[in-house]
Amino acid sequence: MSDDAVARFEKSFGAHQRRVTLQAIFGWLLFLACFVGALLISNVTLDRLIAGWGKLGDYVHLMLPDLARAHLFDDVHTKGSIAYWYYGFPKWAAEIWQSVEMALLATAFGFLGAFLWSFPAARNLGVPRILTWLVRRLLELCRTVPELVSALIFVFAFGIGPIAGVLAIAMHTTGSLGKLFSEVHENIDVGPVEGVKAAGASWVKLMRFGIVPQVLPNLLSYTLLRFEVNVAASTVIGVVGAGGIGQDLRKWIDFNTPQDSFAMILMIIAVIFVIDLTSERVRTLFQRGRMI
Amino acid sequence: MRALSAEEVSGLRARFPQAFGAPPAVKLARGVLLALVIGYVGYLVYKLGFISPTFIAGWAKLGDTLAKMLPPSFHDSQSAHDIPIGIVETVAMAFLGSVFAGLIAIPLGFLGARTVIGSPIIHFLVRRVYDFFRGIPPLIWALIFTRAVGLGPMTGVLAFIAADFAALAKLNAEAIETVDAKPIEGVRSAGASGFAVLRFGLLPQILPVMLGQALYFFESDVRAAAILGIVGAGGIGRILDQSMRLLYWREVGMIILLFLITVALIDFGSRWLRRRLIGGTS
Repeated sequence: MSDDAVARFEKSFGAHQRRVTLQAIFGWLLFLACFVGALLISNVTLDRLIAGWGKLGDYVHLMLPDLARAHLFDDVHTKGSIAYWYYGFPKWAAEIWQSVEMALLATAFGFLGAFLWSFPAARNLGVPRILTWLVRRLLELCRTVPELVSALIFVFAFGIGPIAGVLAIAMHTTGSLGKLFSEVHENIDVGPVEGVKAAGASWVKLMRFGIVPQVLPNLLSYTLLRFEVNVAASTVIGVVGAGGIGQDLRKWIDFNTPQDSFAMILMIIAVIFVIDLTSERVRTLFQRGRMI
Repeated sequence: MRALSAEEVSGLRARFPQAFGAPPAVKLARGVLLALVIGYVGYLVYKLGFISPTFIAGWAKLGDTLAKMLPPSFHDSQSAHDIPIGIVETVAMAFLGSVFAGLIAIPLGFLGARTVIGSPIIHFLVRRVYDFFRGIPPLIWALIFTRAVGLGPMTGVLAFIAADFAALAKLNAEAIETVDAKPIEGVRSAGASGFAVLRFGLLPQILPVMLGQALYFFESDVRAAAILGIVGAGGIGRILDQSMRLLYWREVGMIILLFLITVALIDFGSRWLRRRLIGGTS
C-alpha cells in the first residue's frame, strides 16, 4: 500500500517537474525569439549599443560647463563663472515654474474629473451596469492615449502654449486617477453607507456622507502621488510645443548648445527631486490623518 | 419612536463631540483652506490662458479635427505598409530597452542594497546616482541621444536603457533588502554551498519581483515609445508626426487606433505573465 503511494507520488511529481521544465524551455525560447526579432527589426547590435554609450560620454563632455576655479563666483560676463554658465537662469526658472503650475492645474482638473467619474465607475454603488461599463471604457481611453500624443492634437486645436499641455496631462490624470478612485470606492466599509441609507438619504447624500468621508484621505494621497508624475510630464510635454520648460529645452538641444541644455536638465532634475520630497512628506501627513 | 428633545441632543453632543461633526474652528479652517485652493486654481486658470477666445475656439477646432479622423484609414498603400512596421519597431525599441535595462539592473540592484554593501556612505552615494538617472524622463534622454548618436531606433533603445536602469536598480535593491532570511537559512542548514544558497534561497524570492518590475517598465515604455519618434528616435512617432504635418487626419486616426490596440494587447499579455510569475504567492 505505502509503496504504491510513494510510487504514485513519484510519478505525479515527475510529471509536474517535466511540465514545469517544458514550460520554462518554451518561455525562454519565446523570449529569445522576441529578443532576436527585436534586434533585427530595430537594427540594433550589441557593439553599436556599447559604442552609443561611448558617444554619450563624448556628448556629456560637451555638456559640461567650462568652469574656472578663479572666476567661479564672478558675474555673468566673466567666462568660467557659474553665473556665466547659468546666464539664462531667470528665464529658465520662470519656464520651470510654468511647468509646475501646469502640473498643478492639470492635477486639479484631473482630480475633479476623476472624482466625478469614479462614482459611476465603481461597481458597488448602485449605478446601472451599462453606465459603469461605459465610464470604465472612457477612463481607459483617457489613460491609454500617451500624454504627448494627445498634446500634439491639443496643440493643433488650441495653439502652441500651456493650454494644450494642461489639457493633455489633465486627461491622462482623469483616466488613471479615475480607475484608482473607483477601486477605493469598491473597497469601502459598508457600515457608514448603510447608516446613511437607513436615515433616508438620497443617492447624492449617500455618496457625500457615506462614501466621501472614508475615501477622501486615500484619494488625496493618490492625487499627490499623481502630482509628482505630472511635474515630470509637464517638464517634457513642451517638446511638442505644449508649454513649460520643454519648449525651450527642445530648442536648445536642436540648436546644439549642450552647455545650456545641461544647465536646464539639471534644473529640471532638481525641481522634480524637490517636489517628490515635499509631496512625500505631505502624503505621510495625510495618511496619518493629521490634516483632515 | 419619538424625536430627541433639544436637551438630550445637547447632552449627547457633550458626551460624543466626534459624532456631531467638526467644531466650528476646524470647520472654519477647512473652509479657508478650500477657498484658498479654489482661488489658486482660479488664478492658474486665468494665468495659463484658459480665459481667452483661443481656448473657446479651440474646442470647435478640436471637435472638427477629431471628426476628420473618422473613419480611420491608411492614406495610401505605402503607409499601409510602413505604419504596421513602425508599430512593431516601436514595440521592439521598448522591449530591447527594458530587457537591457533589466539585465543591467540586476548587478546594480545588489550594489544598491544596504544588506549587500555594508558601508552607509557608499550606499548613500550609489542611491543618489540612481536618483539622478531616474530624474531624467525618457524623452529628454532621447533628445540627448539623438544629438550624441544620431537618428533611428537605436537612439530609442539607448534612451530607454538610460531612463529605466536606475529606477529598476532601485526597485531591485529594495527587493533584495526586504528578502526573507528563512529560506536562505534553510538552504544553508541543508549544507548547501554559496552558489546553491543564492540559487535556491535568494533567487526564487527576488527573481519574480525583478521580472514583474521589468514587465511594468516594458508596458510604460511602449506608451512612451510612441512619441520618441517625434524627436527622431524611430518608431511610429515619426510617421505620426509626418501625417499630422501633412494633415492626413484619417491616417492619424488609424495610427492612434492601431497603437491603442497594440498597447491593450501588450498590457493583457504582460498582466497574464505577471500573474503567472507571482502566481504562487498571491
